[in-house]
Amino acid sequence: MSPPGAPDLAAAAAAPGIAVAAAPDLPDIFPPVVRRRGLRGVVARHPAAAIGVAILLLMLLAALLAPVLFTVDPTALAPSRRTRLPSAQYWFGTDMLGRDIYSRVIYGARVSLVVGFSVAALASAIGLAIGLVSGFVRVLDGIVMRVMDGLMSIPPILLAVALMALTRGSVGNVVAAITIAEIPRVARLVRGVVLSLREQPYVDGAVASGSTVPAIIWRHILPNTLAPLSVQATYICASAMITEAILSFIGAGTPPTTPSWGNIMAEGRALWQVKPTIVFFPALFLSLTVLAVNLVGDGLRDALDPRMAKRL
Amino acid sequence: MLAYAGRRVLATIPVMAVVALFVFSLLYIAPGDPAAIIAGDQATPDDIARIRATLGLDRPFLVRFGEWSWRILQGDLGTSIFTALPVTALIRQRIEPTLSLMVVTLILSVGVAVPLGVAAAWKAGTLVDRLVMTLAVLGFSVPVFVISYLLAYVFALELEWLPVQGYTPIASGLWPWFRNLILPSIALGSVYVALIARITRATMLEVLAQDYIKTAAAKGVGSRGLLFVHALKNAAVPIVTVIGLGIALLIGGAVVTESVFVIPGLGRLTVDAILRRDYPVIQGVVLLFSFCYVLVNLGIDLTYMLLDPRIRY
Repeated sequence: MSPPGAPDLAAAAAAPGIAVAAAPDLPDIFPPVVRRRGLRGVVARHPAAAIGVAILLLMLLAALLAPVLFTVDPTALAPSRRTRLPSAQYWFGTDMLGRDIYSRVIYGARVSLVVGFSVAALASAIGLAIGLVSGFVRVLDGIVMRVMDGLMSIPPILLAVALMALTRGSVGNVVAAITIAEIPRVARLVRGVVLSLREQPYVDGAVASGSTVPAIIWRHILPNTLAPLSVQATYICASAMITEAILSFIGAGTPPTTPSWGNIMAEGRALWQVKPTIVFFPALFLSLTVLAVNLVGDGLRDALDPRMAKRL
Repeated sequence: MLAYAGRRVLATIPVMAVVALFVFSLLYIAPGDPAAIIAGDQATPDDIARIRATLGLDRPFLVRFGEWSWRILQGDLGTSIFTALPVTALIRQRIEPTLSLMVVTLILSVGVAVPLGVAAAWKAGTLVDRLVMTLAVLGFSVPVFVISYLLAYVFALELEWLPVQGYTPIASGLWPWFRNLILPSIALGSVYVALIARITRATMLEVLAQDYIKTAAAKGVGSRGLLFVHALKNAAVPIVTVIGLGIALLIGGAVVTESVFVIPGLGRLTVDAILRRDYPVIQGVVLLFSFCYVLVNLGIDLTYMLLDPRIRY
């Protein structure tokens, strides 16, 4: 996002052996900005976001490689060895049906990541479309926005709960329910960007020079929407992971046959006072993953909008 | 000013109508026969027929929506399929714990978050600021039931300072009532505190950079007066807005908190209703919460006129 010219000049000025004329006379108000390039530069500038990306990559690897990460069948029952504490054989212990919690937690990463990423992608895409329509087609704007206002007045978790109460529990239905609850915020954001861009002289210029609406959207609107939208999408991803866990936890989400962090915790609920480890491990993984996504979101926000970085 | 208030009140009517229409039509958007969905997997054809009759599914959609809305306007939210009791009666039984939890959480959260945000803005860039902002990120990331279990484990099971779970009605004394609400309120409030602290810091930073703050400081106003009288008052509008919008988080979180701490409130009612597919109850609770949310935010919009006399729409 940063203009490619400026950092190069600064780096050149700071590099030894390259003479820059007239520089010595200027008072040293601004120290030369040394902007390291490449991966190390990004890590140095956004350490928190880098940690977030690292955790997220680890979780992604764990989800993809679940079968080979020393796991056993996460649904295998073994009543004779139930509610064991963590040991060399059962790293995170076993639950009340004797299932290996380590295996369940590793497989559970799949559900959280799939739900988080799918909801972020779907809600952004649909919200973008609705926002563009609302911003460009003035006749529809009033109606579309009243509907969005109405949807936004239903607390998102309750809306997802109400939708899930009507469908069979499945990962697909969880994604759909959370997506519907998240769309209005994206649509509002995109519409706001469109409305402010419509007033820009260069958009007027494009209209005057005969650009078609699709061309204007492609060339002027989309590039300007991408930055706030991608930040919003990361936050949606984080909140979708939490909502999935909550839905599964109260029994209205992922079906009990599929291990997800929410329903591992739901199953450990009855025993948590005696065997807190059953609840502890999925809780830890969920919190770490959501934290990672939020750190990436904050990093994106700082990188894409330096003005906001100082404020928030 | 009255004209603005009037227009603002009228503007909530279409929003509430959309909410009602949406909550009503949810049942028909879902794929399949609504009566069969509600009846569940072990239903006999008789059960399905009975539910179809209760819901009046044989009549046109708009007629049913009209009748349903008319009954809601008269304060009738329908009848629970499972208990055969009026939904309003069920809600009345369960409202005290939820209302107590929300009010205590709201007061504790605002009381903690605003000073934290002010301190972070005052000491921007220092250790205090970083600590508050780190706490805010954690508050956003650790889900409410995780915090609930953590608090219950440490303060109730290990230290035995507070009860593990349950609810005591306010009628049996203020302290027993409050004692039971301390842990749930902290758990429920964590996200809310994070949200309010963040916005307070952001707006305070903006206000503190204004010239009149420098003038006040030059005239010898002490730092406490400067922060809480001159600055906070001018930062109030965005902060109060976020406090209002954040109530949606409290409503969603209450469903979970009540499950963990075994509080017999509306959240518990919702969870039980989901497990029994008692759709009229779910509809009633969602509608009630959404209307309250809209009304609270309407009230907040109207207080802007008091907070900032310049606002005259």
